[in-house]
Amino acid sequence: MDADKNFLVGIFDDEDAVLSGIKDVRDSGIKIHEVYSPFPVHGIDDALGIKKSRLPIAAFLFGLTGTTCALTMQIWMLGYDWPMIIGGKNNASLPPFIPVTFEMTVLFAALGMVGTFMIVSGLKPYAWPRQFDLRSTEDKHVMAVDLAINHGKSKEEISRILKSAGASEVNEKSFE
Amino acid sequence: MQVTSAVRDPLVTGGKTVKDVSHDISRQVEGSPTKLWWMAMAVSIAVMAYGFYCLCFLLWNGVGVWGLNKTVGWAWDITNFVWWVGIGHAGTLISAILLLFRQKWRMSINRAAEAMTIFAVICAATFPFAHMGRLWLGFYWVFPLPNTWGSLWANFNSPLLWDVFAISTYFTVSLVFWYLGLIPDFAVIRDRAVVQGNKIRASVYNALSFGWQGGAKTWSRYESVALILAGLSTPLVLSVHTIVSMDFATSIVPGWHTTIFPPYFVAGAIFSGFAMVLTLLLVTRVVFKLEDYITIYHIELMNIIIIVTGSIVGIAYITELFISWYSGVEYEGYAFYNRVQGPYAWAYWSMMTCNVISPQLFWIKKIRTSIAATFVLSIIVNIGMWFERFVIIVTSIHRDYVPSSWTMFHPTMYDVGEYLFTFGFFFTAFLLFAKFFPVINMAEVKSIIKGGGEKTENKEHH
Repeated sequence: MDADKNFLVGIFDDEDAVLSGIKDVRDSGIKIHEVYSPFPVHGIDDALGIKKSRLPIAAFLFGLTGTTCALTMQIWMLGYDWPMIIGGKNNASLPPFIPVTFEMTVLFAALGMVGTFMIVSGLKPYAWPRQFDLRSTEDKHVMAVDLAINHGKSKEEISRILKSAGASEVNEKSFE
Repeated sequence: MQVTSAVRDPLVTGGKTVKDVSHDISRQVEGSPTKLWWMAMAVSIAVMAYGFYCLCFLLWNGVGVWGLNKTVGWAWDITNFVWWVGIGHAGTLISAILLLFRQKWRMSINRAAEAMTIFAVICAATFPFAHMGRLWLGFYWVFPLPNTWGSLWANFNSPLLWDVFAISTYFTVSLVFWYLGLIPDFAVIRDRAVVQGNKIRASVYNALSFGWQGGAKTWSRYESVALILAGLSTPLVLSVHTIVSMDFATSIVPGWHTTIFPPYFVAGAIFSGFAMVLTLLLVTRVVFKLEDYITIYHIELMNIIIIVTGSIVGIAYITELFISWYSGVEYEGYAFYNRVQGPYAWAYWSMMTCNVISPQLFWIKKIRTSIAATFVLSIIVNIGMWFERFVIIVTSIHRDYVPSSWTMFHPTMYDVGEYLFTFGFFFTAFLLFAKFFPVINMAEVKSIIKGGGEKTENKEHH
């Protein structure tokens, strides 16, 4: 059986059911493919063992790039490329360059971080996602278990474990 | 099923379930527009069309068609600019600062407030561009683009240039923040459309949702992105009106040259922004039947923010007056004497009444929980805030240093026309938003419906 094709899908009615369900399912040795929720559930990342996102580091580095670009640009333009005397001040004095530097730092950090998030999460406007259950954006929490990687257990056994973990229904889902 | 707290009133009333939230909010997008919506749209487009004619007339003939003269070189244009930028402060304040302070009541109002922010900033930006006259050259004047005059670069010492960067960054980041929040909600509409068998709507909203699925890993990243964006936007919101105030404060014109301007402008911006949010939401909640989501409790909290910021603005006015006398600077003293007693005293006292006295009525609980009173006062506040900018700008410059240059400012139909254009645009855009986008952040509201985090937190602690 190929991986990433045949799934068992457990439907959970609320966030508490899915949180305790994840624990029970993982304790019985089943690898969970992913859990889909209509809203962010607190504690679900710990329950699933998801590592903390490194996006804040990306944001910091993008911000640093913005700061550097802004300062380099202003100092080079007004200090070296075309020096202008404005109010008898230094050509390249730092204080008046701070506002633009701040704004560009924020701009680079925000756009860079959101762009990275889109790319790593595979969000793109032209592709349909693989949907395990359409209710997962509405009100249900949907747990998908890949049958291929859990080959030690039979379909019936996994289904029974999902049910006893609190799933209100368990469906089969196959993708081509 | 809703978890109720013993000490706090629920943020969403009517015993809504998670499913009800999807239904109540998506319904607006799925149904066909009402007669009322078409009528409002027709009026907005008509106003915008008239304003657009005035704008084209101005671009064809030059800025001379405005009522400006040699002494008053800035009047309605910059007044309207600052007024709209100020209004544009509430949205990101609500979604960023209130997120950092973990104020969950923001969740029902942040979407509409952010949309309002984005449209208000667009309205604001039309004024400096129109004032440039030849706006096709404007980009060379305000952005550091290579050009054939040298390159002669933009002057980074100028607060007007800081403004360009502040407003464009604010606009971009607010737009990204707003859109990021919309992504999961577009997916709700997409999946409902699939169930309803509406293929066109399903593919349009799938594209808008970027193929969102809502996996735990994605939500985890999404939450850290939202938190960092809030952290970035908080100083950004405060920086924008600070920099707008520096357009005036870094000059040497009496009445403008004061260090109090940055905090005073920021407080005024939040004050007028919340007033505009109230004006719009009080109508939206009735038209779209969202009384269970935007409750009297939300309105009351917003009114409390109006009292706080309105009082800061009031203190700033009085401090300005005091310092103009206490500093002993004749020019400064005259500028304020002229505001209070001069030919524009009517504008000054309108500002004082609308901004300082009227929000104090909200100390009375009956008034701040009354929808009619809130609606009227929210409009009065924005009239007052328009007069504030008019008073600061026109009364400070219409009495020049040389009495032979003293003049008055008289707006022409083109001044009025461009102001109307921005109103037409603002309401057209807001109506389109209210029809085609979910007006309330469904994902966030769903997370508080069941007590969300609170309940799971309790579980972890025990």
